[in-house]
Amino acid sequence: MMTRSVLPILTVVMAIVALWYGGAVLMNKRWTMDQAARAGVELSLAEVVADTLSQDRPKLPAPHQVITELWNTTGAKVLEGRAFSKRSLIFHGWITLSATLLGFAIGTGLGIALAVGIVHNRAMDMSVMPWAIASQTIPILAIAPMIIVVLNSIGVQGLLPKAIISAYLSFFPVVVGMVKGLRSPDAMQLDLMRTYSASGTQVFSMLRLPSSMPYLFTSLKVGMAASLVGAIVGELPTGAIRGLGARLLAGSYYGQTVQIWSALFAAAILAATLVGLIGLIQRITLKRMGMAR
Amino acid sequence: MKTPVIKADHLDLVFQTNDGPVQALSDVSLDVEKGDFVSFIGPSGCGKTTFLRCVAALEHPTGGTLRVNGMTPDMARQERSYGYVFQAAGLYPWRTIARNIRLPLEIMGFSKAEQETRVQKVLELVDLAGFGNKYPWQLSGGMQQRASIARALAFDADILLMDEPFGALDEIVRDHLNEQLLELWARTQKTCLFVTHSIPEAVYLSTKIVVMSPRPGRITDVIDNTLPRARPLDIRDTPEFLEIAHRVREGLRAGHAYDD
Repeated sequence: MMTRSVLPILTVVMAIVALWYGGAVLMNKRWTMDQAARAGVELSLAEVVADTLSQDRPKLPAPHQVITELWNTTGAKVLEGRAFSKRSLIFHGWITLSATLLGFAIGTGLGIALAVGIVHNRAMDMSVMPWAIASQTIPILAIAPMIIVVLNSIGVQGLLPKAIISAYLSFFPVVVGMVKGLRSPDAMQLDLMRTYSASGTQVFSMLRLPSSMPYLFTSLKVGMAASLVGAIVGELPTGAIRGLGARLLAGSYYGQTVQIWSALFAAAILAATLVGLIGLIQRITLKRMGMAR
Repeated sequence: MKTPVIKADHLDLVFQTNDGPVQALSDVSLDVEKGDFVSFIGPSGCGKTTFLRCVAALEHPTGGTLRVNGMTPDMARQERSYGYVFQAAGLYPWRTIARNIRLPLEIMGFSKAEQETRVQKVLELVDLAGFGNKYPWQLSGGMQQRASIARALAFDADILLMDEPFGALDEIVRDHLNEQLLELWARTQKTCLFVTHSIPEAVYLSTKIVVMSPRPGRITDVIDNTLPRARPLDIRDTPEFLEIAHRVREGLRAGHAYDD
């Protein structure tokens, strides 16, 4: 059972790693050749390959370079007892994570509130959804600096502006999922509640809300990933001194490709962990509700 | 003179649809006495379900008067006069059987202790004692429908409205449930209104059979069932049973129910 699921995954990973090494050699070869020509030396194939995989500023860093950089900026820092130094990805990751989580909380709260409004209020039903959709058609890169500037002018700085950008992206999947979830009880189930003369609050808490749980968790996963993207984007226009977004930006200023890639991987690992965590909460919750078989 | 439990007088109901008005009920008059078991039979669109929904105040007639326990259907619902059993069991998958049956009791504000005793009582009534802690998906279709009947009985309404409750079940399970339903009816003395597509089911269960026909939905015949109240399943092979079934079939034919 385990080997059956592990083997295909391993095969795909191996293929990607192989492609990556091949790409690194091809893309970094030019620089190696230029350097050799300038120095007037002739390089053997083995020497060329070795050099392409160990450049300081390669066009495409090799996997082991990224992994080494990841380790040097995380685990090694912990061993040095400087996990929260400015050069540590744990520090930058935490900055981004805190904005992500706050933004996710705001976005989820807003999304659920809007969904409840849409389901229960006809005027909101007609008016809110088009605006919600319109909000997502605006490129976040265009609106993020404006949110930062506007909030800065009224004295709000630091965590909150980033969290708001992150909420801006994450409320949408929650609205869509929750509206669908709260509307998932069929006519018969609603009629049943009517035969009991149940109040609107009772219909909501005993029927609509529990019915919406599977939908909620699905949209929370999408929302969490969107929150992280929002937090990273929110770090770019501020001049970027802290956070994974800052590492990406600083890396691109100074041509530190290894740093860019390691920040990218840190973001991906963070996102996967957060989404996995929601998946776990989902499994436990639905099991306790008796909805998982 | 005792007043009927349900009294319908020249009931009309017109639905406004995109294709124009549809006459769902036309001039329906019917009295149901306390303790009666009344079956409504007829093809799709004859208004049998609509009539039941009117009694439950899920639809509102556009003409005529309807009294349930001497009140308007809306007031009767507020007074918890009826329990409604739908075509599908409609149990909540996130609640155990016992908690499903408890649902109306929670909504109506019964005390915790009262809820507990009532749930146990109706579970025994439908032969599901010991299944209270199971989730709906762990039960067969027939057991789920029994649980939904228990849910309708839990708050002790004296009218039981059933809209093709066994329609989705196979014939063997259906026979068994019909037998159990008769037993339940004899024990609880409820007034039952039962919608069905099946002639044998209607004849087997009822004290009164209302034959309806579509376009517009109306009553074409009301047949008093003369069979004794104690009915073993094999009563369905007796000449008396077949004669009543024949009359029902005639009634359906007279209403041009088989036109298309």
